[in-house]
Amino acid sequence: MTATDPTTRPAYKGLSGVPLSLEPLNRKDFTSDQEVRWCPGCGDYAVLSAFQGLMPELGIKRENTVIVSGIGCSSRFPYYVDSYGMHSIHGRAPAIATGVATSRPDVGVWVVTGDGDALSIGGNHLIHALRRNVNFTILLFNNRIYGLTKGQYSPTSEIGKVTKSTPMGSLDSPFNPVSLALGAEASFVARTIDSDRQHLTEVLKAAANHRGSSFVEIYQNCPIFNDGAFEAVKDKDSAVESIIPLRHGEPIRFGVEGRLGVVRDAATGELAVREVAEVGADALVVHDAHRTDPTYAFGLSRLTDAGVLQRSPIGIFRDVERPAYDDLAREQVRLAQEGGVGDDALQDLIAGSDTWQVR
Amino acid sequence: MPAVQTLDRVVIRFAGDSGDGMQLTGDRFTSDSATFGNDISTLPNFPAEIRAPQGTLPGVSSFQIHFANYDIMTPGDRPDVLVAMNPAALKANVADLPRGAVIIADSAEFTKRNLTKVGYAADPLTDGSLADYQLHALDLTGMTVAAVKDFGLSRKDASRAKNMFALGLVSWLYHRPTEGTLNFLTQKFARKPDIRDANITAFKAGHAFGETTETFAVRYEVAPAPMPAGRYRQISGNLATAYGLITGAHKAGLPMFLGAYPITPASDVLHELSKHKRHGVTTFQAEDEIAAVGAALGASFAGHLGVTTSSGPGIALKAETIGLGVMTELPLVVVDVQRAGPSTGMPTKTEQADLLQVMFGRNGEAPIPVLAAQSPADCFDTAIEAVRIAVKYRTPVMMLSDGYLANGAEPWRVPELADIPPIDPAFATEPNATDAKGNAVFHPYRRDEETLARPWAVPGTPGLEHRIGGIEKAKDTGNVSYDPANHEEMIRTRQAKVDGVVRDIPDLVVDDPGAEDGRGAKVLVLGWGSSYGPITAAVRRVRNEGHQVAQTHLRHLNPFPANLGEVLRRYRRVIVPEMNLGQLALLLRAKYLVDVESYSRVRGLPISLSELARDLITVVDEEEGRSAAEIAAELAALRTDEVRQFVGEQHFDLDSTQRSVPIPPSNGTAHEETR
Repeated sequence: MTATDPTTRPAYKGLSGVPLSLEPLNRKDFTSDQEVRWCPGCGDYAVLSAFQGLMPELGIKRENTVIVSGIGCSSRFPYYVDSYGMHSIHGRAPAIATGVATSRPDVGVWVVTGDGDALSIGGNHLIHALRRNVNFTILLFNNRIYGLTKGQYSPTSEIGKVTKSTPMGSLDSPFNPVSLALGAEASFVARTIDSDRQHLTEVLKAAANHRGSSFVEIYQNCPIFNDGAFEAVKDKDSAVESIIPLRHGEPIRFGVEGRLGVVRDAATGELAVREVAEVGADALVVHDAHRTDPTYAFGLSRLTDAGVLQRSPIGIFRDVERPAYDDLAREQVRLAQEGGVGDDALQDLIAGSDTWQVR
Repeated sequence: MPAVQTLDRVVIRFAGDSGDGMQLTGDRFTSDSATFGNDISTLPNFPAEIRAPQGTLPGVSSFQIHFANYDIMTPGDRPDVLVAMNPAALKANVADLPRGAVIIADSAEFTKRNLTKVGYAADPLTDGSLADYQLHALDLTGMTVAAVKDFGLSRKDASRAKNMFALGLVSWLYHRPTEGTLNFLTQKFARKPDIRDANITAFKAGHAFGETTETFAVRYEVAPAPMPAGRYRQISGNLATAYGLITGAHKAGLPMFLGAYPITPASDVLHELSKHKRHGVTTFQAEDEIAAVGAALGASFAGHLGVTTSSGPGIALKAETIGLGVMTELPLVVVDVQRAGPSTGMPTKTEQADLLQVMFGRNGEAPIPVLAAQSPADCFDTAIEAVRIAVKYRTPVMMLSDGYLANGAEPWRVPELADIPPIDPAFATEPNATDAKGNAVFHPYRRDEETLARPWAVPGTPGLEHRIGGIEKAKDTGNVSYDPANHEEMIRTRQAKVDGVVRDIPDLVVDDPGAEDGRGAKVLVLGWGSSYGPITAAVRRVRNEGHQVAQTHLRHLNPFPANLGEVLRRYRRVIVPEMNLGQLALLLRAKYLVDVESYSRVRGLPISLSELARDLITVVDEEEGRSAAEIAAELAALRTDEVRQFVGEQHFDLDSTQRSVPIPPSNGTAHEETR
């Protein structure tokens, strides 16, 4: 059996292989007949709406779209989109979607998950899906709380969080989902905000057009159990000082009148936020999402507050090309089938080379 | 020249350190015997450690082969020949030998140090303690090293060919053909000419040693066994399982997706399937057991045949996802190659103790069909049937194998693919309902009236977009529903669907010579899975002693065949041998209120033919009104080696009732003792 070389892959792009609709589609085509049952004011509505708006723009056939979710509030998502979908079990959506994506090159696959689903019970599947670079887009709705089970702290809750299960405050340090994804070798990592429709749509579109696993953390407000968790980046007045905007090819600069920027500390090599007036505009880091080495993107991800959120980079941290697992797996099957397929080949296999005849 | 004696059957056990290549040696001897035309049955037995400390009892690895000139059912209880490559191998196995057995031991390894390691105070090769056996203490290592000295290998490397020397000697002793092994060595070591030549030379030297010395006064012959005409190969259970899965998917016209995580003793199914991408097989080595079954279920949703293979601990982890398969009603084949539990248990040893786990080990009412293979070759047919039921009924199906079947081998008449009926995936392509406004719509849970199976509509099919999941479904539409009446209806419908698989299951056939003339047995032996071989051999032995006993064997554990209750009630006593604490017995008692008697052995080994035969004779004698003294007298005189099919009555072969390739009766007469 000849080994294949995964580094020399066929050049696939984004959603190539997924058939486009001949008829123009609209938002309604991606709206199912099911009544949406999230709490009033839930950030999930905005994400659903942005998604339903984006899908016609991507132009792929509705029947060639599959959404797989786990368990949690956000995981109800597939019921509301009139495509193929599976609302699976807690934490397992990336595993199930790996089976879908590997079986079907003609299907665009989306994974919808939450902070508890993806980072706690399903952490193993998430990191391995990212490592393999399976061709799907993961939407991680991060509300930093367990909503469906009515308000326990989650693996992204800030330390000291007082919840039903932690009346004296939570003790464990949270995950930074972007750092985690980068550590797991993800090839596309982004962060966006439920309430910023335009940015959300832009990021989702870029994610869909990326070949391999695209990981998108969406800051999503839970108005019932963790209201205001992202107030700093959502509030119009504070956002300008709180959002570190990542735009490929542009210096990373923000704050009132662009007073702040990201620089690389010459002594430590770490990224840090500084007053532009102090360091000068030329010292600002120019954002490069295509950098092969993930160290830079990881450095950016560490500018996020681990505690109550005051400041966070928003945008595409990393977008690099790497062969997708499912493309490679299909390529091996295709190569093997060059030897000939069908009844005779199978009959030969079953008989093997070491037979004897009884007369 | 030594005299040649003809035997009907021989059991040889090759035993040595786990680094001595005993499994390879046994495989080769098996292959040569099968090619020669003997019936064979094998029992590999090896430690879980890859290299346990050298020369110790835990490090002993053995391979037993039973070969005969008639159809045999077991690898044999007691070896006629023991090849012991070191003191540990002798000590671990000598108790299993009958008096008069042949022992071939490598005297070079019986050093003071090695003897001490396993607690021998004196050298058993010289202290007279083996006087009851035909002992051949030979310097296998020394002779091997001498034979290969021209190849410039170190003594250590040279001595590694001693297993081939032993194989050559035993091959000479039993008139085995040698071409197969010579070809095998030539291919296996094609890129290492020194090693290839050393092994071939050692094999030939062993053969020549037998020929030229006068160590052995007698040489033996075992004639080929009569078998139905056809093309044969030997096959192990794991290989047959892999081929059955590929064939099932092929017959359904579906690409196969295997999700698996390495686990003993199921890994070989993954290894094998990973070689067959050419036949449309995608294998995915997942990050864990849960992802393995999850990806398989996802592939099934996408229209492929999802398969996952594991052993007991892995099946436990997959339980929740199998439940999702029950709820989403997707085809999924789950193979459990059982091993001794609980927990990690004894990974390389066999057991049948997962029956209740696979029946009930899921939350909620989550029934799935369960099938069990009864012999290595039968894994092929069972796997195809598992695929057939999974696809037809849109359900996860559990196929049970075990470590004994997985690694054991037997001759197999190669089936013709054309004889295997196709499987229709019957994908949904059109809407199947009309909504309130009169529009054609698709209802993913609208069922086939006969099978109760729901339609399988795969992504890419326009107009049939739908969402499924683990939440309870409304009847027909599949929408989320918390309605109490709907829930009960769905629970009962899912159960009825699985119960309805009984329509596809043949009635249980009982082997009870004389029953048709009203002279049937009073005692029935009922088994399942891999205990088929030992039970059948024990039943033959009991009949050979002039007793009547009926036998039947279950392939379908859920649902049971329709006539099972009636069969159970036909007998005064029903004995259920199992390698567990009575799991099938529990199910039978619960379902049929019949007081079946559990016969349970959980030693990590197949049920012993001789032990079961004695116990069955006791039961039958009791039913025939014999006194305790009479029973004791009969048992004292009982021979318990494996005999031919008893031919005093019309021939019957249970095996053939469930095989796609039936094996016709042998034409031998009652067995005559030859030893």
